[in-house]
Amino acid sequence: MIELKDVTKVFNSGRPNEFAALRGITMSIEPLKVTAIEGPSGSGKTSLLSIVGCMSRPTSGRVWLDGREITSLPERFLTGIRRKTFGFVFQQFHLIKGITAIENVMLASYPTGESRPGIRKRALDILGMLGIREKAESKSQWLSGGEAQRVAIARALVNDPEILIADEPTAHLDTRLSEEFMQIFMRLKEDGRTIIISSHDPIVVNSGIVDSVRIIRDGVLA
Amino acid sequence: MFTGHRERNILEFTLSSLLRRRGKHLALVVIYTALVFLLASVMFFAGSIREEASIVLRSSPEIILQKMIAGRQDLVPMRYAEVAEKIRGVQRVSPRLWGYYYSPATKSNYTLMVPDNFSYGDGHIVIGNGIARVMSAAKGDRISLLSPEGDPLTFIIAEVMDSRSELISSDLMLVSEGDFRELFDMPEGYVTDLALSVKNEKELSTIARKLSELLPGTRPVLRDEILRTYDAVFNWRAGLMITLLGASVFAFAIFAWDRASGLSAEERREIGILKAVGWETSDIILMKFWEGAVISLSSFLMGMVFAYLHVYFTSGALFWPVLKGWSVLYPEFRLLPHVDLYSIFTLFFLTVVPYTLITIIPSWRTATMDPDEVMRA
Amino acid sequence: MILNPAIIALAVSAFIITLMLAYASFFGLRIIRHWDITSGSELQLRLERSTYLISVILSNVLVFQLASLFLFIFTADRMHTLFVGAMCAAGTLKVNAFGYPVLAFKAANFLLAFVWLVINSADLRASDYPYTKIKYSLLLVLAPLVALESAMLGLYVSGLSPDVITSCCGTLFSEGKQGVGSGLASFDPHASLAVFIGLVCMACALGAYAYLKGRGHVAYSVVSLAVLVSGIVAMISCISPYVYELPTHHCPFCVLQAEYGYTGYVFYLTLLIGTGSGLGAGALGMLRPAESLSTVLPAVLRGLVAWSAVMFAANAGITLYLVGSSNLVM
Ligand SMILES: Nc1ncnc2c1ncn2[C@@H]1O[C@H](COP(=O)(O)OP(=O)(O)O)[C@@H](O)[C@H]1O
Ligand SMILES: [Mg+2]
Repeated sequence: MIELKDVTKVFNSGRPNEFAALRGITMSIEPLKVTAIEGPSGSGKTSLLSIVGCMSRPTSGRVWLDGREITSLPERFLTGIRRKTFGFVFQQFHLIKGITAIENVMLASYPTGESRPGIRKRALDILGMLGIREKAESKSQWLSGGEAQRVAIARALVNDPEILIADEPTAHLDTRLSEEFMQIFMRLKEDGRTIIISSHDPIVVNSGIVDSVRIIRDGVLA
Repeated sequence: MFTGHRERNILEFTLSSLLRRRGKHLALVVIYTALVFLLASVMFFAGSIREEASIVLRSSPEIILQKMIAGRQDLVPMRYAEVAEKIRGVQRVSPRLWGYYYSPATKSNYTLMVPDNFSYGDGHIVIGNGIARVMSAAKGDRISLLSPEGDPLTFIIAEVMDSRSELISSDLMLVSEGDFRELFDMPEGYVTDLALSVKNEKELSTIARKLSELLPGTRPVLRDEILRTYDAVFNWRAGLMITLLGASVFAFAIFAWDRASGLSAEERREIGILKAVGWETSDIILMKFWEGAVISLSSFLMGMVFAYLHVYFTSGALFWPVLKGWSVLYPEFRLLPHVDLYSIFTLFFLTVVPYTLITIIPSWRTATMDPDEVMRA
Repeated sequence: MILNPAIIALAVSAFIITLMLAYASFFGLRIIRHWDITSGSELQLRLERSTYLISVILSNVLVFQLASLFLFIFTADRMHTLFVGAMCAAGTLKVNAFGYPVLAFKAANFLLAFVWLVINSADLRASDYPYTKIKYSLLLVLAPLVALESAMLGLYVSGLSPDVITSCCGTLFSEGKQGVGSGLASFDPHASLAVFIGLVCMACALGAYAYLKGRGHVAYSVVSLAVLVSGIVAMISCISPYVYELPTHHCPFCVLQAEYGYTGYVFYLTLLIGTGSGLGAGALGMLRPAESLSTVLPAVLRGLVAWSAVMFAANAGITLYLVGSSNLVM
């Protein structure tokens, strides 16, 4: 359960180009549900997700994660919580070129202090579950769009997070891949994960798996 | 709990990244290696010349007595030897005849000496192999030397000394006492200087004081003083070289700084991804530390090995004009290896330490990138 | 002034270190003035990021202080031939008034950096960073000291001119002469050794108490400082003659040379690290106990005390071995 109270995010504060990307956001996100955040480009979706996902701290306001106040935690601790709790899937997948698919999945676990063989085994299992185990040793730049998408999802899952965050995951995908993506997320929801997706894509927002839709505009929740 | 896995995982990832981008790091490694090579060459070279000189000096007499007139060195009357011999603690006094001979033909200076017992007799000469090479002369050939008045004196080469490693004997010529006096028109009863051997090192300064009391106008030169002067000169020369190379160290520092701060878009994207998927600032700093360590250590080792080869197989060919400089005769002897912990330690401080310090701030800047930056690309 | 590669290296790197600490102090000052962990303002985020830089700089200072301490002694030893009467590092350092102070400052700054990093690592374990202000105040003490050390290094080096008559370890540390060095050398060797070993035993006992009871860290740090001092005194008055097997040779530096199997490095390293950990434990014990650290601090303190006591015990073991295996009878 994530709760936000009066969260604001101000960029370049005190300078002429000061900009409030989020203003007075108060909301809560239910566990084990799929929440979609819908809004046009520049409305503050990414800023909101990054605060919810412990990637950045709000300029003011408070955030609770399972009852724990995380707003004043320094980056060092926030990152620890983020690694354990959240998995991220980005708009352009953001795989590292030149290394294999499995290495791309594993590297999210390197700083946890677990040994490589353990990480590797888990990464292989996840790739197997997503049906691309045989692509494990392919260089990431040779993967097809659908495969790259699965590798990116596998990377988000490798630390076994409770919550998955996807920022406009289908923005660059054709209809077939977008639907496939929602299929996978459906399964992850059924596995008992909380999912937060930002999008303005009807395939996402109108798909059956979304439990609630929040609309954001100019940094304010509608 | 500390298991070391985090460190190892990040090290392994860093290694694979380095290999993946080896083309990009190549320029840095090459320049870094070249710098270590240059500095190491200077130090190894100076070190072995110093060592060489001190080996030669170790067998030289404890005290050399010179006569001074108006602050210039003059010939020593033989009777001084008798006075010196009577001082307690002096074991033996040997008068020495030696000097420099300038050869207009080869435009170089040779050291001409009369050895204690010259077995070949008048009209013969023994020369060092450096001279033999320059004059392209061999045993049995005749060479003539000019007296100060310009009269030629002809010698038969009785022997060519083989000097594999000695700095000194390469430009040496040995002749008989009679020939020496004739060539330089030197009066009987006078010698160049006196060599005193002293048994007990602790009495050296007492003896030196007595000598100047009994024979005013003389200057006793202690072997330690010569060693000291050599040390000072070689240290100074090496220091001078390092200072001259300081410009290149500085240029390297700027290059390294520039390299570390100017990330390519691709690298920046990668670090952004790492931060976004859960790497923390200190994980990236650790990665950058490993990166610097790998680059430093490999450049350092390569530079040292190349410098070793340079000094010991080509005898420091690149430095002949600068570090030695006083004769054209030397280029063929092989320097003895002289590398010690101290020079390596010093080199490390001259190269790796500045590199590490210089790259701290740029890698911190990289590491503190916003983790959500890639989401906004 | 002597132009020698090692001197250039020492001077240049001291200069860079001083600059970096000045840079770190600039951030430190801003942290002291504006730190507010509860704020999410951009200023606070920037300050938090600068703490990473300062930690890295301080870790480098620590390693640098230690390495340059030994390079400095090494260089002094190599340069003794340039000075009449100097027979090893002891004589070279005596050439002008700044040699020994540089050495003392290097050791002291090493210990301070050590304490700083101990406080830092404890501080970073709690999410409210309880020691932040103390830490950066200490940084503002350390930075000028390092600058002073660099300045003295500069003065020492520029005041070196070959051929100045100096004392060497034979006279500087030999009995019956004036001066601190010979004062130390004239201590009764066995008494000074006994004091040293006694203090190490005391440190171990106190360490065991602190380890088990979680109290007495400040007392432990006082004893560990005493161990350091008595260790150096024992080295000069007792251990070194046994190592060199010469009753009149009281040099604390020659033992660093290869002839003696580099045992000097082990001796001084264990002593310095033991003292650093002891002082670190004392500093943490002295600080106001932070609520947020209550679960981790006892373990940190236990680790420090145990590590320190082990270092001291190892040091005492080496010392007794060196004295015991010597052919010298005093
Ligand atoms: N680092 C930044 N500095 C300044 N402005 C920013 C920064 N990041 C985002 N913004 C601004 O904040 C607003 C919201 O951005 P974002 O959260 O990325 O919106 P969305 O994801 O909905 O497109 C945009 O107008 C963007 O220009
Ligand atoms: Mg966005």
